[in-house]
Amino acid sequence: METTREQTFNKPGYTIHVIETEKYKTNTIMVKMRAPLEKETVTMRALLPHVLQSGTENAPSAAAFRAALDELYGALFFADSAKKGNEHVLTFTMEAANENYLHGENNLFDRSLSLLSDVLFRPKLKEGSFPEKTVRQEKRSLQQRIRSIYDDKTRYASLKLVEEMYRDDPYALPAGGVLEKVEPIDSASLYAYYQRALSEDIIDIFVVGDLKAEEAVEKIGRYLPFSDRSAAAVETKTGKSPEQVRVIQETQDINQGKLNIGCRTTITYTDPQFPAMQVCNGILGAFAHSKLFMNVREKESLAYYAASRLDSHKGFVVMLAGIDQKNYDKTVQIMNEQLDEVKSGNISDLEMNQTKALLKNQLQESADTARGMVEVLYHNISSGTSRPIEQWLKDIDAVTKEQASAAAQTITVDTVYFLSGKEEK
Amino acid sequence: MKKTVFEQMNETVYHEQLDNGLNVYILPKKGFNKTYVTFTTNYGSIDNEFIPNGESDFIHVPDGIAHFLEHKMFEKEEGDIFQKFSSQGASANAFTSFTRTAYLFSATSNIKENTETLLDFVQEPYFTEQTVEKEKGIIGQEIRMYDDNPDWRVYFGLIENLYENHPVKIDIAGTVESIADITKDHLYTCYNTFYHPVNMTLFIVGPVDSDEIMQFVKENQSKKSFPEPVPVERRFPEEPEKAGRTHHEIHMSVNTPKCEVGFKMPSSGRAGADKLREELAASLLLEMLFGKTAKFYEKAYESGLIDDTFGFDYTAERGFNFALVGGDTENPEQLGERIRTQLLDAREGSHLTEEAFERARKKKIGTTLRAFNSPEFIANQFTRYQFNEMDLFEIVPILEKMTLQDVTNFAKEMIEEKRFSSCFVLPKETA
Repeated sequence: METTREQTFNKPGYTIHVIETEKYKTNTIMVKMRAPLEKETVTMRALLPHVLQSGTENAPSAAAFRAALDELYGALFFADSAKKGNEHVLTFTMEAANENYLHGENNLFDRSLSLLSDVLFRPKLKEGSFPEKTVRQEKRSLQQRIRSIYDDKTRYASLKLVEEMYRDDPYALPAGGVLEKVEPIDSASLYAYYQRALSEDIIDIFVVGDLKAEEAVEKIGRYLPFSDRSAAAVETKTGKSPEQVRVIQETQDINQGKLNIGCRTTITYTDPQFPAMQVCNGILGAFAHSKLFMNVREKESLAYYAASRLDSHKGFVVMLAGIDQKNYDKTVQIMNEQLDEVKSGNISDLEMNQTKALLKNQLQESADTARGMVEVLYHNISSGTSRPIEQWLKDIDAVTKEQASAAAQTITVDTVYFLSGKEEK
Repeated sequence: MKKTVFEQMNETVYHEQLDNGLNVYILPKKGFNKTYVTFTTNYGSIDNEFIPNGESDFIHVPDGIAHFLEHKMFEKEEGDIFQKFSSQGASANAFTSFTRTAYLFSATSNIKENTETLLDFVQEPYFTEQTVEKEKGIIGQEIRMYDDNPDWRVYFGLIENLYENHPVKIDIAGTVESIADITKDHLYTCYNTFYHPVNMTLFIVGPVDSDEIMQFVKENQSKKSFPEPVPVERRFPEEPEKAGRTHHEIHMSVNTPKCEVGFKMPSSGRAGADKLREELAASLLLEMLFGKTAKFYEKAYESGLIDDTFGFDYTAERGFNFALVGGDTENPEQLGERIRTQLLDAREGSHLTEEAFERARKKKIGTTLRAFNSPEFIANQFTRYQFNEMDLFEIVPILEKMTLQDVTNFAKEMIEEKRFSSCFVLPKETA
């Protein structure tokens, strides 16, 4: 396979990672800023990317900023916030066309970098702070975004489970912010916090595209002058499950019940056993050959989706399915049985081979997109682990049935969350 | 094998129509790990009235059958075909749209084996009463999942409003009641009518050797025999020019109301490059009127009427085309009214400036280039354009030649008040 030739450059205030490749028709720059996940700051961090792209000194309104992007042949600018274990990561992505594919254009990379620089370092200010009007608008928009999570029942159920299961852990905080914390934010406090984040967050900058590393590094240094810092990452703890499984039921006026069974494992990305944990999750529920899909869906016709997911930095495993309320007990039982099968080592050679083949395939496919490559690298960077993609592939191959089932034995069921409809049951 | 080089895009496409009628396209992508292959039939949810292969009279089949058939193709006498793809390291999937059913896999190894599995499983149907019954529970849950999804409900609610008779108004998966009537015989009838190689396209994109993989596909196909192809005869009801229903409201368990406004368009009768130009004019028009740089967006956002869920969409397929605009809003009445006014004003030439046109065009060119990074986009969209007798690779060259006049003409021709409709999702009164 094509390997990712990443070159790393350590600067006082940040680290630059460059991947030279000709396979895309665009060049991508990503700035990642991470800080501890905290109740006091998570909502401000969720709000910041929206305020920042509402106007810069050079493009003083959201429309003017969008127009500047369109002028660069629809350069894609995208900012979001996400959790990585107990850290909160803001990502700013700028992707612009490679001018080699356009008639008579040049400097698109520099021009897009300059726009990104404006967003981060020269946002539009009024009396030394973000304009009140902008902050008010974006607060309202954020409130609406948080409230609308309720409207997407699958997503709502996932968030509720995490909130319940980690009620004494910052991990319970949603990356998109907390509704009650939006109103108290004002432009002065937000701007002050942004200055703090700019000078204290751990910063990684990624450049992927058809350009030379030295040149990219020189340009990043010029356009993105982050100050010196000494920031330390926070440690993510997996936490303990209660003695008794907690069961939480909620009723709404909906058609399909959403069952989410939350579990903990002590194995996270940094552990040598992590590839075994991935294989375990693959056998259990990550794929269409997995035990959950085969038994809950194909054998019993109970669900359309039946799967498990693993948050590799937190050691959080969830088994989920959309079912009729009347089938709740039966589905919970089948799902628990499948987990027990993996724990007791009831795993066929076929399941092992299929799971390894698909895990390796996923990993290799992720290297086909700029963002996928960056995410793979960032797993290592953010957790201080060294697992290059080639090694990772080998590690997956080397996992034995015993190791997969040993990984399963670290999984404990913590909380069953069921969002059900009103009728039947 | 015909080779076409698209110099500006730096891509080469190989094409051959095999003896059995199958169209095979190969686009080698150097430097990529993944190969992505789609096997698509020109058959979707709207094709519910046709003359079955070998018969002489039209029949009407149950709603949701194309999608049901797609599900059932994966089950064989020896078991589930997902198992085989997994063993070969491939991730397989399928989807059914209004006009197409596509089977696909992506893989970084065993490309020939996986291609063979894809071709073989789609070309060897195996349906029994028992497996058909079992699937009804699974698809029933899929339908219920969509029933709880307000975005899907408002989207389909609007299409149902726009069309009085055309089967595009029928939900792709059907209803729990309609799929209850499906039998294995229905599935064989639809299969035998629409899955002949002459009605299908295989598209391969990835780090492949074009000669080698073409030879491999040919050998696979030459081993199989198919009946003489007969042209598929479909029938669609007459559709009036005006919207079937001007407004509809759906009450659901949501916090935030949703508003969508749309209009349908009569067929212009254009084909090929002219049709593509028409489609691009539609998408530029919507960008100019409702994109993030439009005055409309700026004002509506600042006044709190819309948020960043606001968007627009243009759909043009075999026999129908419509445009939709909308998103989450606290005030669906007012947003609906403003969208209507904006569209009607555009018909009279308002908002359609050279500056906005230039910006929209550049954005569309850049977005198209970016999309060519994606093997999924290339395979799926190329096939869609090919079925509609258009060429995906013509998008950028045509965009470079278009003028504002194309957009103003389109607005004059297509925007008419009687073609409009709106649909809201509103919070249910809590009992």
